[in-house]
Amino acid sequence: MIEIDCRGQRCPLPVIALARRMAEAEVGDVVRVLADDPAAANDIPAWCRLKGQEFAGSPDASVFDVRKIT
Amino acid sequence: MHPVAREALLASLEDGWADPDRLYASGRRARRLLEAAQAATAEVLGVRPDELSFWPSGTAALHAGVLGGLAGRSSKGRTLVHSAIEHSAVLHAAAHHGDAVEVGVDLLGRLDLDAWATRVKAPGVALAALISASHEVGTVQPVAAAAELCAEAGVPLLVDGAQTVGRAPVPRGWGLLTASARKWGGPAGVGLLVVRKGVRWRSPYPGDDLYRPRPQGAADVPAIVAAAASLRAAADEAATEAVRLSALVDRIRETVTRTVPDVEVVGDPVERLPHLVTFSCLYVDGEALLHALDREGFAVSSGSSCTASTLRPSHVLEAMGVLSHGNVRVSLHRGTTSDDVDRFLAVLPRLVERIRAEAGM
Repeated sequence: MIEIDCRGQRCPLPVIALARRMAEAEVGDVVRVLADDPAAANDIPAWCRLKGQEFAGSPDASVFDVRKIT
Repeated sequence: MHPVAREALLASLEDGWADPDRLYASGRRARRLLEAAQAATAEVLGVRPDELSFWPSGTAALHAGVLGGLAGRSSKGRTLVHSAIEHSAVLHAAAHHGDAVEVGVDLLGRLDLDAWATRVKAPGVALAALISASHEVGTVQPVAAAAELCAEAGVPLLVDGAQTVGRAPVPRGWGLLTASARKWGGPAGVGLLVVRKGVRWRSPYPGDDLYRPRPQGAADVPAIVAAAASLRAAADEAATEAVRLSALVDRIRETVTRTVPDVEVVGDPVERLPHLVTFSCLYVDGEALLHALDREGFAVSSGSSCTASTLRPSHVLEAMGVLSHGNVRVSLHRGTTSDDVDRFLAVLPRLVERIRAEAGM
């Protein structure tokens, strides 16, 4: 699993970091974003929907998993 | 401000200054102005003058409507059922009351009617509250269907009509209705509350008349006269303005999608308010975009967390599950021209591009 630590960053920075990392990831990879901005819980799943990627859940507060499917 | 509001305000400053509750001549003149404004407003709304009261703001009217509606039904239940996309005044009143249940919306911001039906039919519900159309994304709510479900459950419905009154008729079936004069081009500081005959309302405030809604203190008669005059003017122009503004909103929706990459225009494209359009730009800081537009002379709002005093994203965008950063809400009014819209659409793409470039995208 690829992990990016965006704690302390305000939106849209965690989503920008996610988009950059996903561009380099292989199909099937899971990118885990650590983000404590209150908008992340909304904007990371919304990014997945807009970009056709899979939101793989939030195992903990401030932890968001995204699977690359295309 | 609507020119009719301005005229009426200036014309009534002198005669409307006195306290309309006093029995001397100037007080009686103010009382006559107030009663005329009340009758004119009630006529536009299609209600009885004695069902209508004026409050110091739309927020004050919502607090009085929600808390008074709950108090009036306290023998039947305690629970307030409301949509997840209500104005924050309803959410604050709900938090203050303590016993409230939220009903969600879909991706377009439209109320989940099945969940609404289940919630309003549950035991112990005192009042339901629904906004007529989202003030943030413009999606018109199924008020008539929601009202019917409330009627079946014997629960009065409060409709927050701030976005609709003065623009379009509000569907019937509600027991309480609120509105805000500023939204139709009237003065700031006038809110309306209508409580239909047969709906029990009890004052949640200290006061001497517990069962008839009226705010504390003397009424601002000139502002109320201006509100009434401009409501009639706005309602008369509403149908023509709706066609004109709705075409401009369509132009914004269509052009933004085409000229700005990675943009999500949110809200229902058809069942929507005529004058309001909201979109979110991926990888864009909403506050930066708002200030960039302001420098170009455009006053827009945003539901992004960075623009909120709470640093939380808009509860409406969250309830819909749409992107909250890079969010811009454009509200058109009677002074907005086709050229203004074209100029906005011309500058927007390069502003978004510049902010993205600064963020390294």
